[in-house]
Amino acid sequence: MTIPFVSGGPDHLEELRTDPIALMERVRGECGDVGAFRLAGRDVVLVSGAEANEFFFRAPDEDLDQAEAYPFMTPIFGEGVVFDATPEQRREALHNQALKGSYLKGHAATIAAEVGRMTAGWGEDGEIDLLDWFAELTIYTSSACLIGRKFREQLDHRFAELYHELERGTDALAYVDPYAPIDSFRRRDEARARLVALVQGIMDGRDPRPPREDRDLLDVLISIRDEDGTPKFTADQITGMFISMMFAGHHTSSGTAAWTLIELLRNPGVLDGVVTELDDLYADGSEVSFQALRTIPRLEAAIKEALRLHPPLILLLRVAQNEQEVLGHRIAPGTMVGCSLAVSNRIAEDFPDPDAFHPERYLAPREEDLLHRWTWVPFGAGRHRCVGANFAMIQLKAIFSVLLRDWEFELAQDPGSYRNDHSKMVVQLARPCAVRYRRRKRP
Amino acid sequence: MRIEVDADLCQGHALCELEAPDVFEVERKGKVRVLDPAPPEDARAEVASAVRYCPTQALRLLET
Repeated sequence: MTIPFVSGGPDHLEELRTDPIALMERVRGECGDVGAFRLAGRDVVLVSGAEANEFFFRAPDEDLDQAEAYPFMTPIFGEGVVFDATPEQRREALHNQALKGSYLKGHAATIAAEVGRMTAGWGEDGEIDLLDWFAELTIYTSSACLIGRKFREQLDHRFAELYHELERGTDALAYVDPYAPIDSFRRRDEARARLVALVQGIMDGRDPRPPREDRDLLDVLISIRDEDGTPKFTADQITGMFISMMFAGHHTSSGTAAWTLIELLRNPGVLDGVVTELDDLYADGSEVSFQALRTIPRLEAAIKEALRLHPPLILLLRVAQNEQEVLGHRIAPGTMVGCSLAVSNRIAEDFPDPDAFHPERYLAPREEDLLHRWTWVPFGAGRHRCVGANFAMIQLKAIFSVLLRDWEFELAQDPGSYRNDHSKMVVQLARPCAVRYRRRKRP
Repeated sequence: MRIEVDADLCQGHALCELEAPDVFEVERKGKVRVLDPAPPEDARAEVASAVRYCPTQALRLLET
């Protein structure tokens, strides 16, 4: 069977750069579970629905590879990092020590403390930009948890702002040329150079022989030498490693925290339930680091529903390494294969009233996330399911445990006006995206 | 209770071993080995955590 092509085009690059979700919904609407569009002269087979998604998520890298699928990442990470590595090297690297269960309690405490620091200067009431605020917070949490507290203490808002420029440098035009002369790519390259300079400055100031108990990942990387005694890694390479370590957990957690807050404020009944749940949970004075590792059912359901409606990654891509078959359709070697998380998460047969915010769909006995494991896919699924999913949930539980304990929030603009900016492959909240806060009055 | 492993999905992250070391073993660079496919009832809490925290959802807990 030939794979049906979606209407529009002939090339869909411009549509992917402006309204990717409409494009992907149209593929499913016109073509069904398997359809195709054209991206910068290449065919992309887009799958959705449980059966086609299962094929996509079960495939090993030897069949559906990620390496060539994300050309917009190479200028950000730098050569030789992540997607330049072999499937075997990538499998190794995925076993990130910092995400191991034994570290999670410490991470929860670190995250709670970072929220406390960010709100320390808030006064009695005020207004924040959700994009700026959560992006800065998650720079501190991810650097502290993944690289080390010592490195985090040497960062300030400048690092967050430069990092944001990298994320903005993910225009799908990279499928034509990742170094095309456009403003967002120029700013991306400038921002990366300035991040390298920041890291070089931090490296220059480091004690070459720090006491063992005081070492963070940066000290370890600085201390690694080649056989002739010269440092093995340059500031450029170390910066690339740090950028890549933080990338998967940064805009994703930041966006999800923002959308969870927006949806809670749009749904006051749900918010009341979550605040009551947290008040009861912490009434005995227990620590966030203790509770964030345990189930907090209403808060978790609200986070899951925000993730379903606003998945931080809307399209996952691979390249077929050999001939593949899905639902009777042949996929030729070299074809790109995509899975749309944004479309799958809203399939009405699996998620009744799919566009509405209904956290109760995750409570027993419905448990729609577990029941529909191949279509409830904000974290992906299968072999490459997000390895940080557990960390992300703990982080979000810790953030809201602190924020909702001490503060009340309200929307500062029309509830319908909050939306995502889809002009880049890294989806971010569109501005304006303000909320107001006020210190909670306790009886 | 009974444990089912989807070997396609296991990537050897070994979080199950951390949660329930008497039931799961993961060699370095290897995949999960279930030491006790029908664990005793008093191991239920650990096994349920192992299933829940598997990063790739490769484990399932079945009632026999």
